Amino acid sequence: MNKKILAKNEDFAAANRAFFREKNIFCINMISSPGSGKTTILTETIKRLKGKIGIGVIEGDLQTELDAKRIRAAGAQAHQIETQGACHLNADQITNALGKLDIDKLDIIVIENVGNLVCPSDFNLGEKKRVVVLSTAEGDDKCVKYPQSFAKADVLLINKIDLAKYLNFNIEKVKKDARKLNKDVKIFEISATTGQGLKGWLDWLLKSAAKK
Amino acid sequence: MHEAAVAENLMQSIIAASAGHSGKVVRVVISCGQINAINDEAMQFAFAAAAEDTICRDAVLEIKHIPLKSKCRKCQLEFNFDFYNPHCPDCGESNLSIGEDAPLLLEEIEFKEDDQN
Repeated sequence: MNKKILAKNEDFAAANRAFFREKNIFCINMISSPGSGKTTILTETIKRLKGKIGIGVIEGDLQTELDAKRIRAAGAQAHQIETQGACHLNADQITNALGKLDIDKLDIIVIENVGNLVCPSDFNLGEKKRVVVLSTAEGDDKCVKYPQSFAKADVLLINKIDLAKYLNFNIEKVKKDARKLNKDVKIFEISATTGQGLKGWLDWLLKSAAKK
Repeated sequence: MHEAAVAENLMQSIIAASAGHSGKVVRVVISCGQINAINDEAMQFAFAAAAEDTICRDAVLEIKHIPLKSKCRKCQLEFNFDFYNPHCPDCGESNLSIGEDAPLLLEEIEFKEDDQN
């Protein structure tokens, strides 16, 4: 019979994708472990691109509005999804969240997925690109230990690069491991806190949003 | 534990596909790719929990793992990709062409007529 088990999620993802195309919005799905710095990357991105492009963020967390508040304080629209324990976001939650944003003011929508390097990987949300964040404090063996997430990444952001010198973190090893799983992955070494390397990431974002 | 969400979706698919069938489900076969990262033990546990009080409560779940085809760009060897050892098993090269991963599929449902009927 061969019926797709995640067909319902796929249907909502397809509807989201069609919506983004119609509204000319570039959507990214951001995935990482908790604490890798996703929200700080976003707040720094928003501050630097303010006035140049409209960014909206859909936040996924088990609970609290904390991240959405940080995004709004940085100057962008945000909608918080509280999953009440669920370990990833589903496409229908994104469909609902889209109704909560002032879409006409947006060029880019970032979905900040629940901090988890395993489960979000299976659930397409309708995004155009998938961005995986790995911070140096997590260790340089993550691509090998959690390969599925890295295999499906379009972009890998290696964050907290300013801390690498204090840690036993081999950047070249991570880049090599990531490219073994996915030879086309774009890699940016950044520090959201110091601003180091952010230019490459921002340029990629602006260029991708212009192309759509 | 994405297996819980997969089990929930699976149960909806089974119930939809069972419309018009009498009796109960005794066997369910699913298949998954490598990127799906389905852990058998977690999947069995999640399936059993989702199946409680449904027509699947006594069903056995079979899980097939479909290999991910890969080809070495150096020696052209074709082999099943291993995420935990992403090298050519012959020449050790890591420049590989990786194929399309299999989707999560509900392949088969086996029914058994209720003995009382």
